[in-house]
Amino acid sequence: MSQATDSEAVREDGVIESVSGPVVTATDLGAKMNDVVYVGDEGLMGEVIEIEGNLSTIQVYEETSAVAPGEPVENTGEPLSVDLGPGMLDTIYDGVQRPLDVLQEKMDSAFLDRGVDAPGIDLEKTWEFQPEVEVGDEVEPGDVVGVVEETVTIDHKVMVPPGYDGGEVTAIEAGNFTVEEPVAELDSGEEIQMRQEWPVRRPRPSADKQTPTTPLVSGQRILDGLFPLAKGGTAAIPGPFGSGKTVTQQSLAKFSDADIVVYIGCGERGNEMTEVIDDFPELPDPQTGNALMARTCLIANTSNMPVAARESCVYTGITIAEFYRDMGYDVALMADSTSRWAEAMREISSRLEEMPGEEGYPAYLAARLSQFYERAGYFENINGTEGSISVIGAVSPPGGDFSEPVTQNTLRIVKTFWALDADLAERRHFPAINWNESYSLYQDQLDPWYRENVAEDYPEVRQWAVDTLDEEGELQEIVQLVGKDALPPDQQLTLEVARYLREAWLQQNAFIEVDQYCPPEKTYGILTAIKHFNDEAFEALDAGVPVEEIQNIDAAPQLNRIATTEDEEAEEFTDELEADITEQLRELY
Amino acid sequence: MKEYQTITEISGPLVFAEVDEDIGYDEIVEIETPSGDIKRGQILESSSGLVAIQVFEGTEGIDTNSSVRFMGETMKMPVTEDLLGRVLDGSGNPIDGGPDIVPDERRDIVGAAINPYAREYPEEFIQTGISGIDGMNTLVRGQKLPIFSASGLPHNDLALQIARQATVPEEDEGEDEDGGSEFAVVFGAMGITAEEANEFMDDFERTGALERSVVFMNLADDPAVERTVTPRLALTTAEYLAFDKGYHVLVILTDMTNYCEALREIGAAREEVPGRRGYPGYMYTDLAQLYERAGRLKGVEGSITQIPILTMPGDDDTHPIPDLTGYITEGQIMMDRDLESQGLKPPINVLPSLSRLMDDGIGEGLTRADHGGVSDQLYAAYAEGQDLRDLVNIVGREALSERDNKYLDFADQFESEFIDQGFDTNRDIDETLNIGWDLLSTLPKTELNRVDEELIEKYYQEDAEAVEA
Repeated sequence: MSQATDSEAVREDGVIESVSGPVVTATDLGAKMNDVVYVGDEGLMGEVIEIEGNLSTIQVYEETSAVAPGEPVENTGEPLSVDLGPGMLDTIYDGVQRPLDVLQEKMDSAFLDRGVDAPGIDLEKTWEFQPEVEVGDEVEPGDVVGVVEETVTIDHKVMVPPGYDGGEVTAIEAGNFTVEEPVAELDSGEEIQMRQEWPVRRPRPSADKQTPTTPLVSGQRILDGLFPLAKGGTAAIPGPFGSGKTVTQQSLAKFSDADIVVYIGCGERGNEMTEVIDDFPELPDPQTGNALMARTCLIANTSNMPVAARESCVYTGITIAEFYRDMGYDVALMADSTSRWAEAMREISSRLEEMPGEEGYPAYLAARLSQFYERAGYFENINGTEGSISVIGAVSPPGGDFSEPVTQNTLRIVKTFWALDADLAERRHFPAINWNESYSLYQDQLDPWYRENVAEDYPEVRQWAVDTLDEEGELQEIVQLVGKDALPPDQQLTLEVARYLREAWLQQNAFIEVDQYCPPEKTYGILTAIKHFNDEAFEALDAGVPVEEIQNIDAAPQLNRIATTEDEEAEEFTDELEADITEQLRELY
Repeated sequence: MKEYQTITEISGPLVFAEVDEDIGYDEIVEIETPSGDIKRGQILESSSGLVAIQVFEGTEGIDTNSSVRFMGETMKMPVTEDLLGRVLDGSGNPIDGGPDIVPDERRDIVGAAINPYAREYPEEFIQTGISGIDGMNTLVRGQKLPIFSASGLPHNDLALQIARQATVPEEDEGEDEDGGSEFAVVFGAMGITAEEANEFMDDFERTGALERSVVFMNLADDPAVERTVTPRLALTTAEYLAFDKGYHVLVILTDMTNYCEALREIGAAREEVPGRRGYPGYMYTDLAQLYERAGRLKGVEGSITQIPILTMPGDDDTHPIPDLTGYITEGQIMMDRDLESQGLKPPINVLPSLSRLMDDGIGEGLTRADHGGVSDQLYAAYAEGQDLRDLVNIVGREALSERDNKYLDFADQFESEFIDQGFDTNRDIDETLNIGWDLLSTLPKTELNRVDEELIEKYYQEDAEAVEA
């Protein structure tokens, strides 16, 4: 049952037995598990989550104040589904795929009212359809029969739905159609329209899952440089409040080189979603130069919206992502934050009086999380194209304690871990990703790509940086006890080099335009410049130059300025700087 | 209206009654005790034949023969512009001896969620006159920025100072004499002591702020359950004033910890499965329904800026109350016991403090071009100085380099010059930033890696070291 389906297909009626917050029970409903129902006189949307004898338990996606026992419940007999078709990009939905702009118009209010339905895609709008197959061609489920230009960036492919028999095309022509009009007919008698409907809790079929070998380039130095994510990979960003989860997620949504971005604001702040709505139409997509919104679909269930819809919003999001994957696109899905989703499960579970697992979360928490993350991957689609879904889930552990169930269960599934650190955030080191705790298991798979596309020695230089930072970590413990000046000169120099790694390379300012996005070449360039300083400085030290004099050369602090140099000038600036460093250091001996 | 004398169970703040009609969830109930007292409550759970009622004013005196009346509607707040200047109790009844309130409208206190599509992104700088906030954790109109405090710290003084001094600078000129750019204040007190309440009321009266304020008072000896209603009444009033009448409203809610305790009490009485430390699992959602009622709307004049105050049990910011709050609000102002014992007024510890909306509200054309850089640099330098303080305890000052000593001095001066301004000093943003530059100028120019070079040239004082010496 999706938002566009006619609600007159109602089959059975039940009666409300009890109401407690978002959980309502009804008798005589005759429902199947996960059927969508309309509750009460106002017709509030809900879903059946438990059946016991004649009594069905329903989670309601809207506020239930004033709903009383005795009111009717209508069963649609169908599971929660989304409308898939052109018009999903450049749109902002709530957790059950109601477009928020349409809701505002229909409700004529800045506040979200109850009991209002709106189709997920515009049913009246016509799209210009271009056929890609001809009469007489054989088509199978998943095959593309034509395209419409959904936005300036994205061609939307009209596909034969997965459940169809397929067959020979008997009629197809170019023209303007609404999403419900048939654009092609098959000899099996089936008609193909742009709109498909798909139940959100069931993954769309694919032919095969493959090992990802291309990175999702994010333009964030610490991510691309140290902890890369693959296209089709999974990542978790846990961190206490104020450590920059949302800023990191938004940077990824803005700058990663995915074709499509699905951004789920799950139980987060209203103003944050507004910022995305305001910013994305203005910002250019770094790949195409078009507005970012042209490749983005937003799903917003802010923290004060009904909790049951929070539970469904991640499924709505990933189903939309799978639809674009089927077209052969690389999709990046950001879920901010999966903890709120888990808490929604906990809240519903506790209202059902289920036996709680760890910290009150339901025992099926781990299973639900892994089912969700398994819908990511690099796929061979049923139509033979390749597409990917990368999932990046933010986690908000209570008290910043990573040992809690949501973080731990997530880490068992995902292969990239970006640990945010309150301590770094406090000293305004952003992105506040802790380089000692974070990891990426994709490095080996991705190294060939980096060697080929960035620099042959990229993995080695990166390893040098990792070693230097590790060594700094150990030395800092000693410094805490005896002070920096008690260290031998070579270790003091290592600390100095590590400081530049932190300040000039790992730190990145999301609020300065030139520094928001750093192409992989520049990431590599800054790193090699610091390594150059390191190599020259150690040579000078070996030649007997005191470490203070090495530290005090004018050129070294310039390393901090590479990041804020325009991308086109960065290479020249770096070359000059390296020359200056060499010259100034060699003057000393 | 039908009356029932069918109470079957009374347990803590909850009353269970049998009914033969269908009662809506969340509806209001009146219970009359045998002695004639009337207590109000709300439906927590409704099933055919039986309802659970949460009684606001305590269940004392209720017996199984008390009569129960169902009002057939959910809780409403009577709203009117005339509420400004009035003092109400925690359930919204006037306690200032003034005339009855003649409402323009009666509004549901639960309040619907604002459609994110209809929000206007907050980016108008509010000058609080407090350097630790304006300079480093800037507040903007429509933000929700809590004060994380602890027992014994002067959070009330800070809240009062903000309420007194907050203005939006551009509007200072040209506005009429009686302060057109000032905020209307909606003050919601939950479980504060009578003494604290007097402190607030005295200050409101002394400064004349009362006439642009609406005060809701639930005191420490008022029923705990009523505390779950008080902030909703306050926010419903604020929404009316802001979005219907065009006021810029500052909502101060204190103390959120008492509110959460009341939630826990109800949860425990209902025998719910508890979450962390016994607080209900839905506390995040419940708090969000309060905090998210801040903001601006497109095409609407007014705004709601929220400053909730909470006291962290055991000074622990990982306790569920500050923790969940921090995940919902747009930053936090952290009060610090060490700074308090050093006599700093206000004792704001800037390092764990944060304003998430700061970056969009500052900079050229809004405050000053150097604001972002100065703030970042002060943060980095103060954090470095703090680290060195630990070290100095072990190795002594002599063992540190000249650079390290400068940072140590910087940290001391930062506290004494920048933070410790007193509760009566009102600094404008230029003054705050200039003090920032005075401090930064004690460091070598090459250390200032967070500020643009042009701005360093413009503001850095070359001879500052000599002056300080």
